[in-house]
Amino acid sequence: MTSVSEPCERCGKSASDFHQPMSAPALSASPFTGLDSARFAQHLSQRGHLPSWWLETKKAAWNQFNALPMPARTDETWRFSSIGSLDLAGFNLPEDASVHIPHLSAFPHTAEIIFSNRQAVGRSTVPAELAAQGVIFCPLDEALHHHGELIKTYFQKLPANLGSEKFVALNTAFTGAGAFLYVPKGVEVALPFVLQHTLSGANLATFPHTIVVLGEQAKATLVEFFVSGERDAHQLVSGVNDLHAGTGAQLTYVGAQNWSRDTLAFQTNSIVAERDARVLSLNVHLGGRQARHESHSRLLGTGAHSEMLALTVANATQEFDQRTLQTHASPHTSSNLLYKNVLLDTAKTIFSGLIIVEPDAQKTDAYQSNRNLMLSDTAEANSLPGLEIEANDVRCTHGSTTSRIEPEQQFYLQARGIDPTKAHELLVFGFFEEVLGKLENEDLHAALIELIKSKFKK
Amino acid sequence: MADTDTLPPADDTAVNPVGGIDQAVGNFQYDVNYEFDAGTGLTEDTVRYISSVKKEAPWILEFRLKALQTFLDKPMPTHWATKDLENIDFSKIRYYLSQGQKPKRTWDEVPDDIKQTFERLGIPEQERKFLAGVEAQFDSEAAYSNIKDIVAKQGVIFCNSTEALREHPEIFKKFFGKVIPTGDNKFSALNSAVFSGGSFIYVPPGVKVAQPLQAYFRINAENFGQFERTLIIADEGSEVVYMEGCTAPKFSTSTLHSAVVELVALKGAKIQYITVQNWANNVFNLVTKRGVAHEDAEIKWIDCNIGSRLTMKYPGVVLKGKRARGEVISIALANDGQHQDTGAKMIHAADDTTSVIVAKSISVGQGRSTYRGQVHIPKHLKGCKNNTECDALLINTNSRTDTYPAITVRGDTHAVQHEASVSKVSEEQIFYMQQRGLTEAQAMSLAVNGFVNDLVRQFPMEYSVELKRLIDLEMEGSVG
Repeated sequence: MTSVSEPCERCGKSASDFHQPMSAPALSASPFTGLDSARFAQHLSQRGHLPSWWLETKKAAWNQFNALPMPARTDETWRFSSIGSLDLAGFNLPEDASVHIPHLSAFPHTAEIIFSNRQAVGRSTVPAELAAQGVIFCPLDEALHHHGELIKTYFQKLPANLGSEKFVALNTAFTGAGAFLYVPKGVEVALPFVLQHTLSGANLATFPHTIVVLGEQAKATLVEFFVSGERDAHQLVSGVNDLHAGTGAQLTYVGAQNWSRDTLAFQTNSIVAERDARVLSLNVHLGGRQARHESHSRLLGTGAHSEMLALTVANATQEFDQRTLQTHASPHTSSNLLYKNVLLDTAKTIFSGLIIVEPDAQKTDAYQSNRNLMLSDTAEANSLPGLEIEANDVRCTHGSTTSRIEPEQQFYLQARGIDPTKAHELLVFGFFEEVLGKLENEDLHAALIELIKSKFKK
Repeated sequence: MADTDTLPPADDTAVNPVGGIDQAVGNFQYDVNYEFDAGTGLTEDTVRYISSVKKEAPWILEFRLKALQTFLDKPMPTHWATKDLENIDFSKIRYYLSQGQKPKRTWDEVPDDIKQTFERLGIPEQERKFLAGVEAQFDSEAAYSNIKDIVAKQGVIFCNSTEALREHPEIFKKFFGKVIPTGDNKFSALNSAVFSGGSFIYVPPGVKVAQPLQAYFRINAENFGQFERTLIIADEGSEVVYMEGCTAPKFSTSTLHSAVVELVALKGAKIQYITVQNWANNVFNLVTKRGVAHEDAEIKWIDCNIGSRLTMKYPGVVLKGKRARGEVISIALANDGQHQDTGAKMIHAADDTTSVIVAKSISVGQGRSTYRGQVHIPKHLKGCKNNTECDALLINTNSRTDTYPAITVRGDTHAVQHEASVSKVSEEQIFYMQQRGLTEAQAMSLAVNGFVNDLVRQFPMEYSVELKRLIDLEMEGSVG
């Protein structure tokens, strides 16, 4: 990826006007011992220039974070999760941007923003013709300045409710590294918008928040990468996304994380699909020591459709915890969830999904499927596929399977002269292809395969 | 087993000409003079009273008192279960009633009023010859008990649990509370504190009991909780089928039923446990059922839940020995004001173990049916298989169904599958049948019976007949 710093078409400011990246990676020692009240006060004071409603929202979130208890063993929303390792102590906010930004495979895109240690360090501009049509793609702080009312309309309008409320509140309190994508009515953008969040340095935390709003009949793709600068840094992340597809809009969202092997990561996504909107979300999980991902699709208007996809490669002692909810609030809505996990070594995965069909949501067509491919004798896959149906004229099914590679398939490939390692790889990527094949953008498809392959190379 | 068609009507009760169902059945109450009555409410004194009336050994009293403490200490599991549990008022429940009778050995010794109750329920005297033994529990104590000579001669012990504690303590103590420990859940603790009645069966090695053993349960005193305790042990290579059926009179205030059923299938043994229940819709039915299957053993639960205000029941099998097999076949029907929260638990604890769960539920009117299941395959096991299927049928627009399975698999040599579907009866089917002269209600009944037919066929014949009748009865008035 390139990291050019050009002025934002709409506001005429460049990213460097807001945050000047430091020339050296020397991180100044923080006077704070953790994410405490003093650190929060400092965070707020640095943001005095932002709208007051935003600061109030942050204060309320900080109070909520302190008021909410940590998850307990008896919480149904944390069933099977490791609770003891959810330790937030000792993390600090990075004071300076790092120069160390991992290189990710590039693919044609419309515009990109790169965050390093919570600061926008590089961006390419939105093409003039799109900007003229009203397309906005800029860091969150910038958007708060210039498009405050839009942000207010869509920021956290629907509460998180899958268990990570405390960590969402922490995100709201400290978020700085976020982005806003707005595509107005009728505008279609073919190439993806790209966001990259990098966190470098030990004992640091980041809180990205992305808001995507597609107006009526708009069409766009956002690809978001989350990476650590080091392989083994001890880090904390709590990310939140508000994805909103207006009437007839078509939104594709891809989030791919490759955090360090010692990162505690939370990501909470809210997806809203209005009448006849189609949303496809794909989350790729590779990194982290313990990574929890919550995704809630709300189908609010007739004809809305949400495709929820995820791919996870879990190895070593990693724990991936995925919780989903498909809420069908209107008749004639459909959703299709496919979460695939590959498990190696002593890794652990949890998939807990729920489809809720509200009483008026007749003619709902909902599907939910979790497939676990076991490549080790000591890996553990937990699956909780759930349904709550309150309307009778519906088609709702779910399935969950856990199995290994069929020896017959492996044999078949070997019989055709493919060596066992290659055959194994072919079968694993064949397992993933059912999900990746749903992406229309071939360059993106190739980039994701490249990213997943990097994990198998060790 | 209750084939009402073959019964001479006891009085002028209205018989439904279409379904052949006596709608008054199960909706009556006889006065019974209880000789022992522990009163309402639950304290240490209640437990001591029950134990002393039963003339129990000190270790049992101690067991009960410990269990009472566990019950009081444990919170209601409302963090995952329905809040309706909070409506149980434990201080208003009678925990023990008995007429102080010894279990009867012959039909003639059974008091007439009790006989009349059984007749209304449809246990004809003629049926006795087809039954290997009848252990009919009338409230707390078994009022009638008979084991056919053949079964007794084979060395099979079939008696109520009170009798078993007195006469076979060496077998009882060895297995009692081992499959379901007192602290397993709040209601197993409650049962352990105040249990009375229930069956005890021991089948010696290699004995195959040809006829199913049966017990018929009823609740017949208002606000009276029934806490039966059943323990079945099938020794190596033996086989036994046990059937229980439940109907309860309808009462105005809530009644609590909380049983504990423990099964032990030793090496190569087979146990089949069949339940058809039709509780009145004010009953809280909170039952813990679990079996342990040793090497090459097989345990099969066939469970049919109709009626009750709230049923929570998840029959389980711990697959403890290699190649053990567990199966749960479950049918639930929830009508207005009813919540069937049923399911299954399969705990794999040895290599090459297999489990199968097939659950079908029907929600009628505002009924709510819930499937809750657990499949657990821990580490270091090889070649375990599970297959789970849950199908839900929703009849009316405001019917409700939920599915909450939990599956844990460790290792790469297992095959686990879970599938669930939710559907309604298709309009084409109903239309087709109406074209052939059936009323809409008849068509609906037929479609529902078709939905559960493949499971119902697994029930013994007399049960499947009764079951189809119960379904017809429940479906009445649900359409049109």
